[in-house]
This record gives sequence, C-alpha cells and structure tokens, in this order.
Amino acid sequence: MPTLTIDGVAYPAEPQKNLLQVSLSHGLDLPYFCWHPALGSVGACRQCAVRQYRDENDSRGQIVMACMVPATPGTRIAIEDEEARLFRKSVIEWLMTNHPHDCPVCDEGGECHLQDMTVMTGHCTRRHRFPKRTFTNQYLGPFINHEMNRCIQCYRCVRFYRDYAGGRDLDAFASRNHVYFGRSEDGALENEFSGNLIEVCPTGVFTDRTLKNHYTRKWDLQSAPSICPHCSLGCNTLVGARYGGVRRVLNRYHHHINGYFLCDRGRFAYEFANLPIRLRHPVLPRPAAAKDGAGRPPTAAEAIAAIRTRLRRSRGLIGIGSPRASLESNYALRRLVGPDRYFSGLPQGESRLIAVALDILRDSPARSPSLREIAEADAVLVLGEDLTQTAPRMALAVRQSILQAPAARVAALNFPGWMAHAFQNAVQDDRGPLFIASVDATRLDDAATAVLHAPPADLARFGFAVAHAIDPEAPPVPDLDPETADLANRAAEALLAADRPLVLSGTSLHHEALLGAAANCGWALCRRGRPAGLGLVVPEANTFGAGLLGGRPLREAYELVESHQADTAVILENDLYRRSHGTDVDRFFDRLETTIVLDAVQTATTARADILLPAAPASESQGTFISQEGRAQRFFPVLPPTDPVAESWRWLGHLHPDEARALRSQEAMLIAIAAEFPFLAGAREAAPSATFRLNGAAVPRSSRRFSGRTAIHAHLSVHEPKPPEDSEAPLTFSMEGTTTAPPAALVTHYWAPGWNSVQALNKFQDEVGGPNRGGDPGIRLIEPRNVPRAYHNAIPPAFNSREGLCTLVPLHHSFGSEELSRLAPAIAKRTPPAAFSLSPADARERGLGEGDTLSIRIYGRPVRLPVRIHPQLPRGCVGFPAGWPDLAGIHLPTEGHFE
Amino acid sequence: MARPLTEHIRHDRTPLDLPAYERTGGYQALRKALAEHAPADVTEIVKSSRLQGRGGAGFFTGMKWSFVPMGPDAPRPKYFICNADEMEPGTFKDRYLMEGNPHQLLEGMILGAYAIEAETGYLFLRAEYHRCAEILAQALADARRAGYLGINILGSGFDHDIHLHTSAGRYICGEETALLNALEGRRAIPRAKPPFPPVVGLFGKPTIVNNVETLCNIPHIIRNGADWFRSLAPGEEAGTKLYGASGRVNLPGLWELPLGTPLREIIEGHAGGMQKGHRFRGVIPGGASTDFLVEEHLELPLDFKSVAQAGSRLGTGTMIVLDDRTCPVGMVLNLERFFARESCGWCTPCRDGLPWVEKILQAIENGHGREDDLDLLRHHARMLGPGRTFCAFAPGAVEPLQSALKYFEDDFRRHLQGRGCPYRHSPAAATA
Repeated sequence: MPTLTIDGVAYPAEPQKNLLQVSLSHGLDLPYFCWHPALGSVGACRQCAVRQYRDENDSRGQIVMACMVPATPGTRIAIEDEEARLFRKSVIEWLMTNHPHDCPVCDEGGECHLQDMTVMTGHCTRRHRFPKRTFTNQYLGPFINHEMNRCIQCYRCVRFYRDYAGGRDLDAFASRNHVYFGRSEDGALENEFSGNLIEVCPTGVFTDRTLKNHYTRKWDLQSAPSICPHCSLGCNTLVGARYGGVRRVLNRYHHHINGYFLCDRGRFAYEFANLPIRLRHPVLPRPAAAKDGAGRPPTAAEAIAAIRTRLRRSRGLIGIGSPRASLESNYALRRLVGPDRYFSGLPQGESRLIAVALDILRDSPARSPSLREIAEADAVLVLGEDLTQTAPRMALAVRQSILQAPAARVAALNFPGWMAHAFQNAVQDDRGPLFIASVDATRLDDAATAVLHAPPADLARFGFAVAHAIDPEAPPVPDLDPETADLANRAAEALLAADRPLVLSGTSLHHEALLGAAANCGWALCRRGRPAGLGLVVPEANTFGAGLLGGRPLREAYELVESHQADTAVILENDLYRRSHGTDVDRFFDRLETTIVLDAVQTATTARADILLPAAPASESQGTFISQEGRAQRFFPVLPPTDPVAESWRWLGHLHPDEARALRSQEAMLIAIAAEFPFLAGAREAAPSATFRLNGAAVPRSSRRFSGRTAIHAHLSVHEPKPPEDSEAPLTFSMEGTTTAPPAALVTHYWAPGWNSVQALNKFQDEVGGPNRGGDPGIRLIEPRNVPRAYHNAIPPAFNSREGLCTLVPLHHSFGSEELSRLAPAIAKRTPPAAFSLSPADARERGLGEGDTLSIRIYGRPVRLPVRIHPQLPRGCVGFPAGWPDLAGIHLPTEGHFE
Repeated sequence: MARPLTEHIRHDRTPLDLPAYERTGGYQALRKALAEHAPADVTEIVKSSRLQGRGGAGFFTGMKWSFVPMGPDAPRPKYFICNADEMEPGTFKDRYLMEGNPHQLLEGMILGAYAIEAETGYLFLRAEYHRCAEILAQALADARRAGYLGINILGSGFDHDIHLHTSAGRYICGEETALLNALEGRRAIPRAKPPFPPVVGLFGKPTIVNNVETLCNIPHIIRNGADWFRSLAPGEEAGTKLYGASGRVNLPGLWELPLGTPLREIIEGHAGGMQKGHRFRGVIPGGASTDFLVEEHLELPLDFKSVAQAGSRLGTGTMIVLDDRTCPVGMVLNLERFFARESCGWCTPCRDGLPWVEKILQAIENGHGREDDLDLLRHHARMLGPGRTFCAFAPGAVEPLQSALKYFEDDFRRHLQGRGCPYRHSPAAATA
C-alpha cells in the first residue's frame, strides 16, 4: 500500500485528498480556518502550516500549507516541526491583533473554532500593543447577527454564501486589514441558506439572532437528534433546549442528506414551539372541566377518562390523520378507529397525488435519489417544482450538480477538485445541464441552462415531450409548439448524454400529469440504459409515511358524518381549514357530536374542538418520519414532555380500550406497524432501540459541563429533582451517560477534547467530510426495482386562457407556505404579504398596477388581495400564496373569475 | 553601446507616431515573423535569446511561452497580456518606454500573441498613467488602421486585437494572477498555482503575461536574432536593461545599459555620484521590494544572478539610493506603510503582519520603541518569508526590512536609546 509519512508515522496515501484533511482524519490536531470539507481549499488563512520534506534525505524541507498539498504517496511532512509550530502560533497572534478580547460576552464563546485553534497553537501572550481596528456592524435581518470586529478574514462566509449557495448580497469589500464582509447596505440577507453562516463562520461574526433572544451557552444546552419537520426532505438537526424551551437548531451531519448545511426555514422555525399558542393542557367541555371547580386545567387522566366516556357513547368514530404527524401517531390513530374509518387528512386531489407519487417511486427502475446523489448528478431536469420554496435544501443540492459536468471537463488539467479557486478559474462560467420548467421564475433559474415558464398543463406536456424525445416508445405530445419541442429535445439530449441524469418533480402544483411526465422521463432514461434518478418532492415531513398507511381521502370523512354514520372524530395534528374549503369544514364540525383534536399549537381546527389534547411537537417527541427520498428516520425529544403534554401516539395508545399495553411504547408501535405493513418494517431499524447501551450506558443529552443543574429549579424547591427518565430512547435527560461517541442517529453534541465548536464533527466522521462513523442514520424503504412499467399517457391538452377566467396556481414561499414554520417570529419577519401575482399582460389588460387591489371570485366567494406583477408568470395564470390563511383550503386545480 | 529600446525615444518626450516608428524599422519584425516564421519558431528564437522577464522575477520569456498548449486542439481563445501596471515604488521605466515609443510595445505584444496563437490581447495599464493611456489608445487606433491589428494581420491569416485596460489602482494588480482576476472583474487577489496562467489563465484559457520592457525587446530580437541579443550583455545574461536611480544622486534618471552593468558605474557614472554633503549608505536595487545593497556591493554587476547571490534581487533595476542624512528607519517605515496599505487582504501574515510591522516602525521613529521591538521585526521578516504567504508580495515587502535590520541595526538602536529619530533632530548625528 502506498504510504505517506506524518511526523515519522506512515499512513496510507490518499492522492485525491489534501494533507490537512488526511491529518485530521487520522485524528491529528492541525489547526485551520479557511478550509471547509464542503468548500475546499483556498490557502488564505495560512494556519495549517507544516514542514514538507522532498524525500528521506531532505532535512531542511520547506513550510507548506497542508490544505494546499495533495496527500500523494511518498509525501513526508512534520506537523510537530518547531518552525511550523512557531508559524502557526504566529498566525493566531496576527489574527488576534484585531480580534476583540470579548469571549465572555460573545455568543460564540465556548463553541468558537478560533478559541479552540488558539489553544491548540499555544498562543497566549499578547505582544501587539497598538489599537485594534474597528468596523460598523450591519442589520442583516431576523436570522443573523453581525459583529464584524470579530472577523478573522477567513473568507468562508462569502465562499459559502456566494460560491456554494448562489447568494449575491453578501460580499467581501475593501482590502488589506480592512476587508469587510457584509452587504452593500443594511438589510435582511436574501439567500435561503444564510443561517449556515452561523456554523461556517469560525468565530462570532455571524451568530444566531434568534438564539440571542434566549441565549444559552452550548455547554448548558440539552440537545437531541431530530428530523426537521418543516418539509419532506428529512434533514437531520440537533435541537438544543434549556429552561423548558427550544433555544436553537443546528445542522446534524448526514452524509447522504443535508451534509453540512440546512435551510433557514429548518433552522429558525423552531421558535414556534416556544410560543404562547402552544397547547400545554387538555381542554375538556365545561361540565367535565368544572368538576373540581378550582379553575385548574384538567389532568391527562381526566382527559383520557372523559374521552373514553365519549367514545363509549359514540355512534360512529372516525380518525383523521396527518402528513405532519409521525408514522407512529398516524398508526396509533388508525388502530384506534380501524382501517375503514381512518382518513389520511388530505383532500381527494392531494390524496391521489400522493398515491400516484408513491406508486411511481415504489415500483420504479429509476432510483429515488438522496440529496447527495442530486448534488452529484451531471444533468438535471426540474419539472414543475419551485425547489427553493418547497424543498430548499434540495435546491442547494441541485445548485452543486451543475458543477459536475464542468468538473469532468477540467479533469484533464490534473489538479484536484478541492483546489477551490483553481477549479473556479478553470471552470469559469461553464455549467452542466440544468433544465427548469416552472410556472413562475424560481430562485434556481440563475443556475439553469434553460428555463421554461408555462402553465402547469404545458409544463407537463413539456415533460412528456422530453420523455418521448428520450425514448420514442414513450407517448408523443400532440400539437406541441416548436419552441417547446426544441427545448424538450435539448433537455432529452443532455439527459441522455449524462452519466448520472436526474429528473425532479413534485406535488406542489397539484398537477397529476406532472408526476406522470416526470416518471416517463426517468423510466425512458432507464430504458435507454441510463442510470437515472427520479425524485419527487411532497409537501410535508411525513407525507410518505402517512401515505403508506393508506387512509381514505377527507371528503369521504365528511360524507360519513353527513350521512350520520359517524358522530365522533379524532383529528390528529391537522388543521382541516388548510385542507378543505372553510364552509365544508364548518359544516363537518357542526354535524359532529364530539370533536377530539390533538395538536401542538392552536389552529382554526383546535378552536372547534370539544376536547383538546396537547400534543408534543417534533422537538419534544419521539417518532419516525418518512422523507420524500423514502427514508425512515427517527427523531428524539430534546425535552422531557412536560405533563400533560405527550406525543400524539402516546395519547392515542391510552385511548385505545383493549390493546393499550401493546401500544404503550414506541417500540411496540413499530413492531405492530411492521406486522401489518411489511414494507414499513425497516422503520424499526431507523435508530437504535431504547435498550441500546454504549459501555453499559445510555447517551447523555446534556454536556459534561452542563451548569446550573441544581439551580434551575431552586426557585421551586432547593431539593434537586431526579432527572426525568426516558423509557423510549437510549438517551438520558442528564449529564450522566456514556462518554463514547454514539452512532450518528443518537448524536446529541459535536464535542471532542480541544474541539468545542461545531467543527468537532470531524471527530464523528469516518474521515473528515465522509460518512458518519458507524454509518449514516435512517433506512431507505424505497429502492429501485427493475420492473417493466407502462408509460403514463394522460397527456393534458395545451393551456388556453379564457376571457374573464384565470387558472389559480399556488406559488410557494420558503418563509410562509409551511404551516408551523410560518408561526415562528423570525420566519414571519421574512414572510411577504399575501398577494395575487399577475403576468404583466393580465395586469395591463385589467389596468392593474403593482399594489392595486384585485378581486377574484373563487367558489363564488370574492377574494381581494393586492396585486404583484411577476414578469415571468404566464398569461392566464394567477399566482396565490400557498399556505397563507387568506386562501387556505382551495382545492386545486381551480379557476377564478376576475371581478 | 547599443540601446535598442530607447535609442529612438525623443528628448522632448513626444511619442513616436506610427510613421516615425516605421521609419526606425518598426513593424519589420512583425512582417518578417508573419512571413517567415511559424509561431513555434518565434518562441524558439526568444527562447534562444535567453531573454528574461524585466518585471522583476527574471523568468525566461521563451520558456514561459513554450508552456502554452499549441495546435488545433488547444483551448481557445488564448490571451496575450502586457503587464503595464508599473506600481513598484521608484520605478518608472515602463512609463518611459510607453510614452516614448508605444508602437515598439505593441509590436512586441503582437509578436508574442502570434507566437502563442492568441486571439486577444490586453494591455493592463497602471491607473495613474493617464498620459500613457492617451498615447497607447492613439497607437492602438493607428495600428488597427494600418492593419497591424485586427482580422488577417498583414494578409497572414493571423487575427489579433488588443484592448487597453486601465487599472483601478492597486499594487497587487501587478502580480500576474491578481491582474487576471482584476481583468475578469473579480477581487484583485493572486491565484493559487498550479495551474499556471499559460495553461489556465484569463477566463480559464491559456494566457501569457509579460512586462512592458520584456515585450519591447521582442521586435529587436526577431529583427536582429538571438545571437545579437545575447551579445548585448557582457556576462551570461542577455540584452540591455533599463536602470534607474533616484535619491540624493546628482543626476537621477534612467539609462539603457548592458544587463550586468556594475552598480558603481551606474551610481557614480551615470547618476553622477552622490550630491554634495551626502554619503552613499545603501541602495535598494530594484524597487521597494528588494533587499538593501551597501558599500561592499558597489562592484556588483547588476544582473539577475549576481544580485541574487548578494542577497537581494535585481527586481525592476530602478534603484532608490539611501544617503547618510536620510533615516533608514524612516525609509523602511515609508516602504512598509506602502506595503501594509497595498496588501490585498487575502492571507493572514501579509494582511495582519505588515500593519503590525508598520506600527512598530512608527513607534520606533516616534520614540516609543521598545527593546524587544527589533526581535519582533526580525520575527516578522522571517515569518513573512517565501512559501509562508499566499504570494510573493509579503516576502518582497520584508526584504528591505530584513536587510535594514542587518545593515543599519545601529540606526534602529539609536532610535531606541534616544527615544526618537536622531536624523529628525540633528542631521549631523547620522555620522556621529
């Protein structure tokens, strides 16, 4: 085996990597700043200096930067060289000439990479006796706090924000020791991934502004591994909490999904869980509540007793599930009411869309790709989905894919891809194929080879045309205009020429033909022998989990109640007013004898409940989500549920008259699910079970430095309470537990001796930037199968705009369309006001300008909203803000009448 | 003595226009090359002429050109760039050449472009050179009209055009890869090497960047041959060099002399010796970023190799002379202030080290120096050395510092002991 030598010890050579990465991967402590595993090497900070020797006879060697030298066989370096150590110490000393000595009051203190590296190099005595330079800070919006004086000019922020995430409004200004990282003027950072600056910045320049509202040091946070509940991608998160509230969300590295980065929605939405609209106690009808007359809220036991009484009296029980509730909770409801009386909680159209999407993916020769596979695709077609708004982290992955083809083209130049600037210089503006077909302009259009903006039906037609161009066996599209046909040919050609072609679509436009078109494209590529990926975005965190349990559509629940076959409904974490038209929902509730609602927050639906049970949100729950990739993943509570708040599945298990015991634990629930749904059996393996132990101990949620344990409750009692026990998870709600790094599914903190910042993640990976040690969490339940599939052939007719009518198209927004995140105050600050979006032609015809009020009659009801003119929106389509309460419950597709 | 580069430059500093240049034999080299030589032959001639880059580094020009991928499969377009961002303090040789004989430079650029088959040329000009900009713009227009630039130059089938780009004014733009970034509209920071510009240069394509004086030699080499060029210099190195001198000499100026002319001949001969009442103490031979040479080096032939062996660099060959009534600490402070201000801010040692050096020197000069300041300065001179910083800027910046600490340590100590600059209070103290 070819080797290289570090400090006299032989290690395997890895010519595709650099010496810094290799040194860190072998557990050697070599300080660094500007290098980042996802961003590559640029050699700016000069912190990772080592001495390199030409060969065994070379005793002088020279100082080189480890991040800039490939780890080729025969390389000899010394990290522990006296001169190299002195130089590394000097680099810190230079950085410290201007860095404020404000660690005790800095938000980054205690998890600061600069602190760690300073200690690592041994710099401790200040020799610089002159004034420090100072900067003015900027307002960067509700997410990020800016403190420029702390900047050490590592350039990571702009390299992430601009080069990786495609942002334009953060830049490096000025030069020499006055380089300034900020915006050209104060204002919210526009990019949807700005929150990653918090983790990318090695010190306290960019910090979490939401954390500032309830600041807690990292070591004082109780943390738990969670899954982001705010879209269908299943990004892994670390949720931190203290004093009974969630404090912040950090990225939890998953090699195949989110990697190092989260979207801002996923990072800052947690605030909703701390709001006063959280449900903390059961609510019972007045007679029951008034039992002891003290005005005390009912206990869990009282609530359960009251519900049991109601259930016994019920002349027909139905359960309405939810795509935002866990697999366990949906299953528990299904068990409670029986399969025939279990409803998916989705309207007919959406129910069908999800069923179609599942059908396409479950028996598909094309692979449902992970985000990593998306980033590594070398030709991508996005059909109908505005990814930045509906599945933001996927848009970030697609943005990386366009560098794959150019990377192959510059491979002959023989320098490694991690040489980030060399790569940029060679590639310049060469980009790989990315075709985006969407109704309106998207935030990925700047990365696209070509875009098509058309009404949903025409997008589907375009997709079918691409499939036909790939494989003539796929159905042709009649009467296709030559321009679209030409674009379809170009897209087909690019996909066919690629080594890893990929088709992405989704359900956000509520247009079934788009799914068929996307499937045809993926399958056509497979038939032509191309290893195609086919990814479908769905609306919610557990849409696929709920879909796989197969509930009936909502409409049938309404009918059951209407026809007096049911008088009692249990509604699981679902605001029906977001699903159906308000008058239908009102009528449904009016007809019900008893409405039992479980939810974490107040909604229009909880307002109609007779009995309300406080459900724990994902951050305080244990459960399983199935992502759009088809991956089952487990999330764990960061806080012990404060009685009487509990996971919905726990409430529902208690309600069950007979099988209560069988459904009392999450594990039991998963066993029952596996027995009934064999294809969901893998969900049980998504994380180690409650009995898992490392060296005989469970994994602590609190850090070893957790402070105030005896003081937090001192205002209530000076006796230290016993830490709450967690019978469901191999995690403790305390500092006690194993000191060994746990499997990735159970990671609660990234910390290692000398590594207090998020960069301690290095110590949790097989190799730096590689998979998590012991494998990445989650179980893929959907794998490609080489089965013959007949092409979809329901090709819609071309769109025709009709006088006085418009097609209503949902326009999604990363900050506003998702139900729970839009409640978070920071997110709400970034939510645009509701508006009707019009094409310039439609606006002109109606004499409307930006900001004028437009009234559109929908289902006979006029809706008045201000007008926004979208230059790219096709004529005849009016965009409405998806997920805004103003227009909740519209069944799509639908037409509106201009008034 | 042959002065091919400057012999036709007029004393009244009016530029040679196109007809005047043609009368001196101008564009004959281009005609000859297009008619008689394949591109690779031109590179071969330049290679055998042993012409070294006159921007300061002294890299062999022909060798640089030979790194460019050639032939039908080579990446296109290729670029040929003239580095006219002459911002080295004390240096004004390129300006003299551009103002006096602009077509000589253009002919050199076109020949270079022909040699590497470049379609497009850029002339990257220092921001403050307004007069040069006017003269070059005129010369480019005239050359284009006369068919020396554009499509099918002189009927040869070779297409080339040159764009004049006036810099926004940063010293680092003179570093060839920072220059490329600036031309691309990016921050002017140097690029990591490899890949080198001849392979991955401007807009990712093969690119050659040469200094003005280097390129002015090319027409003469093509016209008169490599042997002639090598014969111009007495030693191993080839051609003439523009030497300049500023400071307290009697005749500050600029002279084209054989490469390798001894330092004493320049200072005492061409520059007329030191002014009355001033004694020679030292000289930075090639712009601000070179080590001091002192009395013991006066016999040194000023060529790349000899100066390097003496511990300095020939650099641009335009020297700044230090006399005994000027404070060496003040001079170094002046230089380091310049460098600290011109650092691009990319790498830590340069960005944060040089301002510290400047502040220490300022403190010493103001009488606030401390005993351990000299160690700190030495520490910086060592830590900002080659290989430790991203580019050659900081190593160049500490060259005058490290040599001043070596040759003028007493001056530093007298600043510390006397709590201030001895030169400022009593000029005579310098010789005390």
